[in-house]
Amino acid sequence: MQFLTYLVRGISLGSVYALIALGYTMVYGIAKMLNFAHGDVIMVGGYVVFFAFCKNGFNPWISVLIAMGACMLLGITIERVAYKPLRGTPSLAVLITAIGVSYFLQNGAMLLWKSDPKSFSSIVGINGLNLFGGKLQISAETIVTIITSIVIMIVLMWFVKKTKPGHAMQAVSEDRGAAQLMGINVNGIISLTFAIGSALAAIAGALLLSSYPTLMPTTGAMPGIKAFTAAVFGGIGSIPGAFLGGILLGIIENLSKAYISTQLSDAIVFLVLIVILLVRPTGLLGKKTTVKV
Amino acid sequence: MANNKKMKKTTRSNLLMFGFVIVFWAVIQVVSLTGHMTSKLNGLLIPVCAYIIMAISLNLVVGFLGELSLGHAAFMSAGAFAGIFFYTTVGATLPKAAALVISFILGGAAAGLFGILVGVPVLRLSGDYLAIVTLASGEILKNVLSALYIGKDSTGIHFSLKDQFSLGLKPDGKMLIKGAMGIPGIQKFSNFTVGVILILITLAFIVNLKNSRAGRAITAIRDDEIAARATGLNLTHYKLLAFVSAAVFAGIAGVLYALNYSTLVADKFDYNLSINVLVMVVLGGMGNIFGGMIAAILLTILPEMLRGFSQYRMFIYSIVLIVMMLFNQAPALVAWRQRLVSKVKGEDRKAEEKVETADASYFEEMKSKSNEKTGNEESVKEEK
Repeated sequence: MQFLTYLVRGISLGSVYALIALGYTMVYGIAKMLNFAHGDVIMVGGYVVFFAFCKNGFNPWISVLIAMGACMLLGITIERVAYKPLRGTPSLAVLITAIGVSYFLQNGAMLLWKSDPKSFSSIVGINGLNLFGGKLQISAETIVTIITSIVIMIVLMWFVKKTKPGHAMQAVSEDRGAAQLMGINVNGIISLTFAIGSALAAIAGALLLSSYPTLMPTTGAMPGIKAFTAAVFGGIGSIPGAFLGGILLGIIENLSKAYISTQLSDAIVFLVLIVILLVRPTGLLGKKTTVKV
Repeated sequence: MANNKKMKKTTRSNLLMFGFVIVFWAVIQVVSLTGHMTSKLNGLLIPVCAYIIMAISLNLVVGFLGELSLGHAAFMSAGAFAGIFFYTTVGATLPKAAALVISFILGGAAAGLFGILVGVPVLRLSGDYLAIVTLASGEILKNVLSALYIGKDSTGIHFSLKDQFSLGLKPDGKMLIKGAMGIPGIQKFSNFTVGVILILITLAFIVNLKNSRAGRAITAIRDDEIAARATGLNLTHYKLLAFVSAAVFAGIAGVLYALNYSTLVADKFDYNLSINVLVMVVLGGMGNIFGGMIAAILLTILPEMLRGFSQYRMFIYSIVLIVMMLFNQAPALVAWRQRLVSKVKGEDRKAEEKVETADASYFEEMKSKSNEKTGNEESVKEEK
């Protein structure tokens, strides 16, 4: 029964990773860049929810909507100001700029909201489940997180497969130049991708902080890197892959925390990343690509 | 002067670098001999030397090999722990000079080994994946070192990755590495001259490497990996050479840095430190060793000298990173800069031509630089 508790907790954490990884994987698939600042957008989303919901007592739905809007704006601005001018330059340049943006958000938040940790109150208002006569307790946060991430994954897959902007995204991801020749507004599609990814980050931030209620300017950094690990695990660019990778990573992390060592759980997660990149660089559900001259 | 002119440009700029380090050393000597040295500045001398070595060595990976390493602090950490562990245990029984020399060598060797361990698998990757894996391996090392306990008693040496008590030390035992508390009670050694000598050694190695056959191979891989492979270069060999050399010097810098403090903890060598060094390299100009050195000095001394600046320090660093990358790399800004420069020189016509190619490159990512150049020449011919 203890194992089941750890497993459920792992799936819950994994669902948050999955939500963040969905944002990573979309941006990576379409803009072909590793948006290092994605984890810090989660943190900004967390602060917005904190001020709207915990401080000013807004309705949780409205608070999350405000945070989504704020993060969308932030994501689009970051893309326009920092990443768009560098389109077409070596990936090293874009990557360093992305690290710069990540640092900018972290330290900006530190100046704006101070570095002392804020305690976040859960946005979930319902009661948890007690199964097997109280032996297995599942918190409401866990249930909401898991359901949210499944719903979002399904909606995203529908959006990409069935709608016109979704088709345009696929086209841009496949071949940016050709997509442009077909009359697709490439800049618009990339902005849209950043907007969706950032909005997901806001939801992920609210859910992450509901389960792990310590909010600091560096809150987003670790989950961000781990979610990238999850995206790579599942196969970067693939939406179901990001979901699967997130869940698996959450389970691995929680089980190693429970059965191996708390201190070494991060090391184990990163070891998984390294092994996967070496054994199967395209991830579990990724497509194989070859570099041509 | 006449002699100088005959020299190759590279030789001259290299001598300038060595000269600069020696002048830097001399200035500090004069300042301290005349009694103007403040204790604050004195405490910064060794970190400055360590950061200079870090910046030079990271430049080898980022500037010359063109791959982003986000785990440079991990090599520093590996070197520091190996060197200091020796220094506080076996080294305590040796004469000090010998203990120091062996500590530096051991630190470099340990970091180099860790570099091989990380590099052999990792260098099969490139770009974003390589960067994230270097970050991951840095975090792994930090976590493992923070959980490492080593103790010694009459029955021998005990290891544990759990806690102090699982070592099962006898009452006469002594803790050597205390997990997150690191290695305590280091007999401090901070000698600026030693730091400068280490900088000169690093500089001599890197400058020689840069101007050698291997160095040219490394920059060729940076500029076009596929072309480099097509000319028969052994990519793995040269990538590993650059990566491991950088690791060795980072390890030496780690020993130098750690000797300056009485305790050594793994948490000090985190992701932030890697980014700090990266900012130095980017600010100094990627691939520009001299620039990196100047940036390392400025970015170590300035924040300590300006009171109340420290809370804005990382914020300003982040802006420096973004602005420098945009300024140096963004096609539109590069074109604008070229236009500005040629306007000053009164060559408007040529500038317009360059703007055209810059705009074209905006859409055609895959076109290599040489292609653009020939394209440019052709268009000039056509106009004539």
